[in-house]
Formats: sequence, C-alpha cells, structure tokens
Amino acid sequence: MSETFVRIKHAPERMPPNAQIGMVRWMRENLFSSWFNAVLTILSTVLLFLTLPPLLDWAVFSAVFSGEDGAACRVDSAGACWAFVEAKFGQFLFGRYPAEERWRVLLTLFLGVAGLAPLLIPSEFPKKWFVAYLLVPFPLLAFVFLSGGLFGLATVETSDWGGLMVTLVVAVTGIAASLPLGVLLALGRQSDMPVVRILCVVFIEFWRGVPLITVLFMSSVMLPLFLPEGMSFDKLLRALIGVALFSSAYMAEVVRGGLAAVPAGQYEAAKALGLTYWQSMGRIVLPQALKTVIPGIVNNFIGLFKDTTLVLIIGLFDLLGIVQSNFTDPTWSSPQTATTGYVFAAFVFWIFCFGMSRYSVYMERRLDAGEQR
Amino acid sequence: MNNRLLPAVLALVVGLVAGFLLYPMFAGSGDEPAPAVAASDGVDTPAEPAPLPVVESRSTLDLVRERGYVRCGVSQGLPGFSNPNDSGDWSGIDVDVCQAVAAAVFGDADKSRYTPLSAKERFTALQSGEIDVLTRNTTWSLTRDTALGLDFVGVNYYDGQGFMVRRELGVKSVMELDGAVVCTNTGTTTELNVADFFRSNGLAYSIVAFEKSDEVVAAYDAGRCDAFTTDASGLYSERLKLADFNDHVVLPEIISKEPLGPAVRQGDDQWADIVRWSLFAMVEAEELGVTSKNADDMRTTQNPAIRRLLGVEGAFGQNLGIPNDWAYKIITQVGNYGESFERGVGENTPLGIPRGLNALWKDGGLQYSPPVR
Amino acid sequence: MSSSPQPWNNPKLRAFAIQLAVLFVVGSFVWIVVDNTITNLQRQNIASGFGFLENPAGFGIALTLVEYTEQSSYGRALLIGFLNTLLVAVIGIFIATILGFTLGIARLSSNWLVAKIATVYIEVVRNVPLLLQLFFWYFAVLRALPLPRESLSLLEVAFLNNRGIYVPALLLEGNGLVLGLAAIVGAISAWLITRNAKRKRLETGEIVKGAAFAPLLVFVLPVLAFLIFGMGLKAEVPSLKGFGFKGGWSLIPEFVSLLLALSFYTAAFIAENVRSGILAVSKGQTEAARALGLKPTSVLRLVIIPQALRVIIPPLTSQYLNLTKNSSLAVAIAYPDLVSVFSGTVLNQTGQAVEVIAITMTIYLSLSLFTSLIMNWYNRHMALVER
Repeated sequence: MSETFVRIKHAPERMPPNAQIGMVRWMRENLFSSWFNAVLTILSTVLLFLTLPPLLDWAVFSAVFSGEDGAACRVDSAGACWAFVEAKFGQFLFGRYPAEERWRVLLTLFLGVAGLAPLLIPSEFPKKWFVAYLLVPFPLLAFVFLSGGLFGLATVETSDWGGLMVTLVVAVTGIAASLPLGVLLALGRQSDMPVVRILCVVFIEFWRGVPLITVLFMSSVMLPLFLPEGMSFDKLLRALIGVALFSSAYMAEVVRGGLAAVPAGQYEAAKALGLTYWQSMGRIVLPQALKTVIPGIVNNFIGLFKDTTLVLIIGLFDLLGIVQSNFTDPTWSSPQTATTGYVFAAFVFWIFCFGMSRYSVYMERRLDAGEQR
Repeated sequence: MNNRLLPAVLALVVGLVAGFLLYPMFAGSGDEPAPAVAASDGVDTPAEPAPLPVVESRSTLDLVRERGYVRCGVSQGLPGFSNPNDSGDWSGIDVDVCQAVAAAVFGDADKSRYTPLSAKERFTALQSGEIDVLTRNTTWSLTRDTALGLDFVGVNYYDGQGFMVRRELGVKSVMELDGAVVCTNTGTTTELNVADFFRSNGLAYSIVAFEKSDEVVAAYDAGRCDAFTTDASGLYSERLKLADFNDHVVLPEIISKEPLGPAVRQGDDQWADIVRWSLFAMVEAEELGVTSKNADDMRTTQNPAIRRLLGVEGAFGQNLGIPNDWAYKIITQVGNYGESFERGVGENTPLGIPRGLNALWKDGGLQYSPPVR
Repeated sequence: MSSSPQPWNNPKLRAFAIQLAVLFVVGSFVWIVVDNTITNLQRQNIASGFGFLENPAGFGIALTLVEYTEQSSYGRALLIGFLNTLLVAVIGIFIATILGFTLGIARLSSNWLVAKIATVYIEVVRNVPLLLQLFFWYFAVLRALPLPRESLSLLEVAFLNNRGIYVPALLLEGNGLVLGLAAIVGAISAWLITRNAKRKRLETGEIVKGAAFAPLLVFVLPVLAFLIFGMGLKAEVPSLKGFGFKGGWSLIPEFVSLLLALSFYTAAFIAENVRSGILAVSKGQTEAARALGLKPTSVLRLVIIPQALRVIIPPLTSQYLNLTKNSSLAVAIAYPDLVSVFSGTVLNQTGQAVEVIAITMTIYLSLSLFTSLIMNWYNRHMALVER
C-alpha cells in the first residue's frame, strides 16, 4: 500500500507565463493573433512611421508660430505657417464685420448658446420656455443685433458679414427652418389626402434629387426673376432660403423613418381616444417619433453644417471662403500659406462636426438604454 | 420611395419639365425650332418679339429717389476698378462712376451702395432690379446689349485681352504659346476670345476656366497653367496678388477689343441718359480743364461750355430730370475722368497703367464726350 | 338616424375641402412665380426658349470624351459636361466601394492597430466638408508638385507634375476585334464554370478544385490570343515638348483631385454603413457558423457578408447618389462637369438662366429617380428571397 501524496501546503504562487500577462499578452491578442494580423500590424506600423513624423514636424516642430508677414514662412523647410492664421484670426471669425461692432456677434452667440444649452442636457427640467425663447425672441434679437439699424446700432450690410459667423448663421438658420418644415413634409407624405401626399413627395424628391450647388445657383441667379419687379432679396437671405428648403427635404426623410417606427397601435389608440389629427400627432405620435430619430436629425445637422461651405461658390464669404480669399494677400504669400489655411479651416469644421456626432452617439446610447428596460 | 407614388411623381416631374419647355410660347418670344433661327447669324437673339402686353413699371429714377441711394453692382474685388479696403469702403474707377451717378441724382456721392457680384450673377442682378447700374468691368458686346436685356451707356475704360506668363519661361509673344495651358475666368468674353485667337492662329491650347478670379490667380500661381489671360487691366490688377509680381510678365499682344462700361436695364431711357451723361460729364470736365479743385472758381468763368457744364447757364439737368448743378456735384465730389483714372489705376498707383487708349481724344486716345448743350 | 352630421364634420368632405384649398394655394403660388418670371423676362427683353442649344458654343473644354470643338453647339457642350460627370461618378463609385468596404471591415478588425487607424480615418474624413477636402487636394497638393520641366518620373516613362499624370499609352496595331472576342469568350466560360461548380457543390457538396480561378479566364484568353496572333503592341511614351508632355495617356489634375476627394470622402460613409450592416447580423449567426466548423474567413464571406449586404445596400445606393450629386462641386476646381460647363460657362454666355438651370436640375433629378426605380426593384427582389 503505497502512501498517498496529499499536499498539505499551498504551492508557491507563481506569476503566469510572460506571454499571458500585461503588454505581451495584450499584443499577442490584439496585434499578432494570426499570421495575417501580424502582417497587418507590421504594415500599419510602417504606414504610421511614414506619415506621423513628417506630419508632426510640419504642424509643430518646423512650424512658424509668429511673424509680421509671410517672410517668416518663406524660409526653406518651413512647416505650417500658423502666424498667418494668427494674423487673420479676426477676419476668419467675423469677415469684414466692423471691428468695433464685433461684440454684437459675440452677444448673439451668447444669447443663442444660453437658450440652447439647457435643451441639449437631458434632464427633467421644463424645456418649453427655452424652446419658445429660441423660436421667437431669439431670431428677432439675433437679427437686430447682427444687422443693426435699430436702437442706435449701426447698420452692417450682410455683404460685410463673413467668416465663421456666416457659417454659423447659415447653419443655424438652416437647422431651425428645416426641422419644422421637415416635420410638416413628413406628416404630409403620410397623409391620407392624395393631393397633399403627392405634393409633399414631389417636393421632397425634387430637393433630394438635385445637388445643393444647383439650388444655390438657382437661388442666386434665378430667384430674382421669380419675384415681382423691384422686389429683391438680400444675397445671404437667398442662400438661406435655398439651404433651408434643401435640408428640409432631407429632414422630412429622417422624420418619416421615425413616424414609421411608431407602432400602429399608438395611432389607433390616439384615434380611439377621440383626439383630433393635430392632437394625436402633437401629443402622441411625434414625441415618440422624434425621440427615436434624434441621432438621425443630428447627423442631418452635421451634413448641413458641412454643406454651408458651398455658399462660397456663389460668392459669400463663409469660413472657408474667407480663408481662401486671404491666400491672395501678397504680404502673406508663401508655399505653406494655402495648406495651413485649409488645415485650420478643416480643424474648425472638424471640432463642430465631431462634437455633434459624439452628441448623437451619446443620445443614441441613452435612447437605447431607455428602450431596453 | 413609395412604389405607388412613383408614377405620380414621374408624371408631375414630366409635367414640370413640359411646363418649362412650353413657357416660352406663352412668353410670346420663344424661339420656334424653325430654320429661321438656325439661319440667323449665330448670335443668340430672340425672335421678333410679339406685341407685348404693356407692363406697368415705375421709372428707375423714381425708385432710386424713393430709396434714397443708388445701388451699383461691382466686382468681388478688382484693385483699381472696384475693391473694398479692410474697413469695407469701396474705391476704383468703376466705383467712381457709381458715385458720379449718386452725385448727379442726390447731390451726394455717398448715397451709393455696392453689391459685389460674380461674373455669373451680374446680369441677372441688373435684370431683376437688384441693382440700378452695373459698374463692374463688363465688356460691351452685341449679345449683351440685346438678348440679355441690358443697355450699355458708355465706355469708362477701353481695354483689350492680354496674357501674363512666368518670366522664367522666356516667352516673348503670344504666338509662342503653342500647346500652352491657359487659365481664365469662366463666363467671360475672354474665354471665347482665347478660343477664337488660338484657333485662327492654328495654335494648340488647353483651357482651365474657374468660377472666381481668386481661384484663377491661385491656380496660375501654383503652376497649373502657363498663361493667365484676362483683360489687360485685370492682369495688372491681379498681378498684385502674386507673391513676387516681377517674376511675371504681361505679353505685348492684345488679342481683342474689350470696351468696359456701365450698363443699365433696357427700357428706361431716362435712367440710361442719367448714367450716360454722368460719365460724359467727367470726360467733358477733363477736356475743359475743370477739376475737383478748381470747379468752384470755374463757375465764374466766361467760357460758355464750362458754364453750361457746371449748370450756371441753361437747364440741362432739368432735361435729364435731375438738378441743374448735377455735373458740378460730380466734379467736386468725384472729380473729372482724368482724376478718377489717376487715383484708381494711373501711373502713381500700384497698377501703374498709362492712359493709352483712355486718354482724351485730343491727346490721341478714345475718350470723347458729346457736347453738353 | 337622429340628425345628419354637420358637413364640416364629415371627414370625406373635409379632406376634399382641405385638398382643394392646398391645391389652390400651391397652384396660385406656382402661377404667380411663373407669371412673374414671364413678365420679367418679357419686360427686360431677355431671350428665352431652347433654340440656343443649337448655337455654336465658341469656348474650349479641357476634357472631352467624345468629339468636341469650339464650333460645336451648346447642346454638344451639355453632352460633354454630362459625360464628364458620369465619368468621375462611375470611377469614384468604384474606388469608394472598395475602399469603403475595406475600411468598414478594418474598423471591426480584431487587430487593435488596424481598427484604430480605420477609426481615425473615418472620423476625420467624415467630419470635414467635402469642398474643403477638394480644395486641399487641388490647391495644396498641386502646389507641392513640380512644374512639367522638373517632373517626377518613374523609369522615364511615366511622369507626375502639376499638369497631371502621364503614362505611356498602349496602342494596338492590328485586329483589336480578336482580343475583344477572346475577352467575351473568357467571360462567358468563366460564368459557366462558376455556375456549374456552384450547382455541383449544392447537389453533392463536392468542391470543384480550381473553379475559383475561373474569372481569370477573362484576362488569360485575350493574352493568349495576343500571343498567338502576335499583334503589334506599341507603347507611346509621353515626352516633354514645349510647355508640357505630349503623347501617352494623361489625367488632368482637376480630374484626379475630384476623384480622390469624392472617393475618399464617400468611402468613409460607406465604411460606416458596412460596419453597421455587419453589426446588424446577429451574433448567433457567427457562432452557429463557427460551430459548423467554418474558418473565420469563410464565416465572413459565406454567412455574414450576404446577410449584411441586405442592410448595407439601401444606404449604399444613397451614398452612390450623393457621390454623383457631390461631383457637381467640380465647378470649384474647374473640372468640366455638367454644372461647370453648362450652368457655368453656357449660362454666362447665353444669359438664359431659367432654361439652363432647369435642364441641369432635370438631368440630376432623372438620375436620382432612375436610381430610386432600381432600388425599388432591388428591394422587391430581396424581399422575395427572404423567407
């Protein structure tokens, strides 16, 4: 009878093999899990090695951060000419808006943000007053502040507006006008009345079918012919009308998706309660429909924000337009001026769009969480 | 898209298109697809206008008076002709014409507003009544004078199309440009002239036409093209936007006639007369030796031609429907043609353009004013 | 039947009245606009009608796919612009699809680095306006390229400079018909082989070895024909003459910039569609496929992609449509597309804004409605397959 081995003491604890922990394990799992992945990893590393150092060198190490004029950037092997952006910063933000009046733009921006911020933060907070504020007094205030002519404010012609300010004005107006119009169109498209439905479909498909640039050409070249003699619109306003109509068609399609997602039982229940069409839409269907398509609406806004750059083709100076027009300033001409300007503009647009898209992802998660109760 | 609705949409679209196709018939001036048009001289002229219903329209002078200022269409920035400075004040010889009109009508040259227009927008803006006068380095041609519904009233700058190339190419004449890439603005007479010139001389070329002149300069600067062509004055002006303008030469040949002048809407003869004579008054003043400095003293002169021009004798303003001291106001506030020329584009400006064709007739140029009497 | 309802409470009547009112409002709006336009055109004595399409254009165009001279008509210029739009759209769609699928799959890759690079690319490119990217490619990259006399060259036969890309042209001397015929025979036989192999696999489970290489026949047969018939193939190498390169095949920088901007931009969106399509396939499908013993690549190819495609294709079509419409930005960098040539130059020369814009919009609208029709057909087709 042999003695049974019984271990009475714990074996000394040992670290897992090196390949199973820390960096090494992570790399094995995430970078070298198969020969194919290993090849991909090596290729990607080479790619990064080829692109990142020159990029950093251009943007930071060899970049020119200060200078009186383009001479500083005309040096050989100079990187980005940030001095150009610095010198023209005021113009990039406000265009030719008179310097002593620029506080009005900032005030308008503040008024807008103050109204909008509470709406974006999800809470049980009563929001209808903010909505009401944004819908009626704010546009009026913004108009008075920006264009002046009332209350002793000096008039600033829209042809002097420019830069980021025009980009924001076009985008915000487009967004504000397209949402209600889009909801109406989407409802119209669902309507039982064939005339209304067909008109809405034609309207939506028309605007969705043509490129924005032709719409802008039309609004800048043709719109005056549509109006009675002697009547004419401001150039900026014409672009705004074009942009608003265009984006309302896209908005209508997003909202339509939301309406389709509301179960038929909801429509029927609302009817059974004896609610009128507008009551059942306004109180039952739309709140549910709009909630589900918030991400889609935000994505639409992002698209619209990027599309505002097209107004430069019809001669308005939005951010990109004003950056580009400054390239022809002979005092700042250098081989890097154009690239720097484009990179700067790209960065500004990216901040706005990426911010909005993060917000959309955040809302999507939140809404998903709500659905998964 | 909803399947059942598609046919309806298609039908409506077809209907809209048909409407567009048919409306000229209702408009009464449609080109019949008859050989009559094909056999015409190739210039796009409308067929014999049918007897039109009389359209009630108010005179431009009344509209301008009521509004309190003259609206002029100018370029989007062409130094010497119409260019805004950093604070948004416009100057240049085209702007001077506009100010002369304002001075003639209101006695105040500052009662003028400027709308920057692209090449594409300029005619529609005038046709639609958005502006009263087009003073935007625009070439007078038969098509524009007829089919576009404009009336050119005079020539404030006799120009011709020229070419600019890099000095290092060593090109001395346009005839050496065989096979060159040429950059220009789209929608201008220059684009047509280039085609005519190269074809008739049996030279090969390829054209890159941009929407905005800033883009043409940028592309030329980047080396996209060998030659930059536009009106010679434009070349001198755009050359200032290049980094080192001594690296570029303007070739001696002028390949076209480009009489640049102000235009008004067709059908308002009184307004056309006012603009025409505002321009003539400036030329006449130079011929008579009246300047902004000596105009006050000249009022007491015995020279009858000067007395008539300055409104001391006769009632010539009345015949135009404006105050009798119209020319006096123009000369004191804007100056005579020579002063305007020297201030805007003359030898002492960065453009440094000699008078050349734009000298007075008695100095061997083409500027000539009919007598004020 | 106590009391008949009031007429305004009769839903049918009310709907009729509302529609009548809407029709009246819209109708009078359209009527006012049309009336104003006609009055304005007439008052100002502006030419109208479509007769101008037959007049000679008189201007040159940098890129023409079919014959065009300065004496050609405006109608011909319209065709040139339309073909140029189609050219850049079709090639752009092709590149964007390949790049987009690659990026979309890369973003879901188990390789951390690859997934991150794809994510960064997508998030950067998607959130920067296309027009800006277009300008960047055109003006910033153009500036960086050398002048023709200092071209970058590859073995002295292909050249890159700021006038474009120049490669040798392959000119066929002799009967090209034989090559075409060989290619067609190759395509048909490849299709037959693939179909038979598939049928055999479905019926017997046997995999026909080598059938996967059948598509190569399309290339192999013409090459064989070429070797057998020994046609003369001449390469025309571009050479520097005068101001630039002559001979060979060339791509103008406007085309290259537009193509790059459009396809890189759209690829980022397609990648997102592909990713959400793949994620929409339930996890159980992958697990079941793995349990059946399929290799990971086969799981992707045979199980996930076919199911994901059903989700991917509708948004993919709208991306294609967007790309086509976005090609109109060409006007900003002077690529002679439909908008640039027709709504740009022709509109300016003739001044007939209403007609020109109407024609341009009609063309884009027809393209988009045509795509919608195909999509509807496709959706029905897919719905039938679904059980």
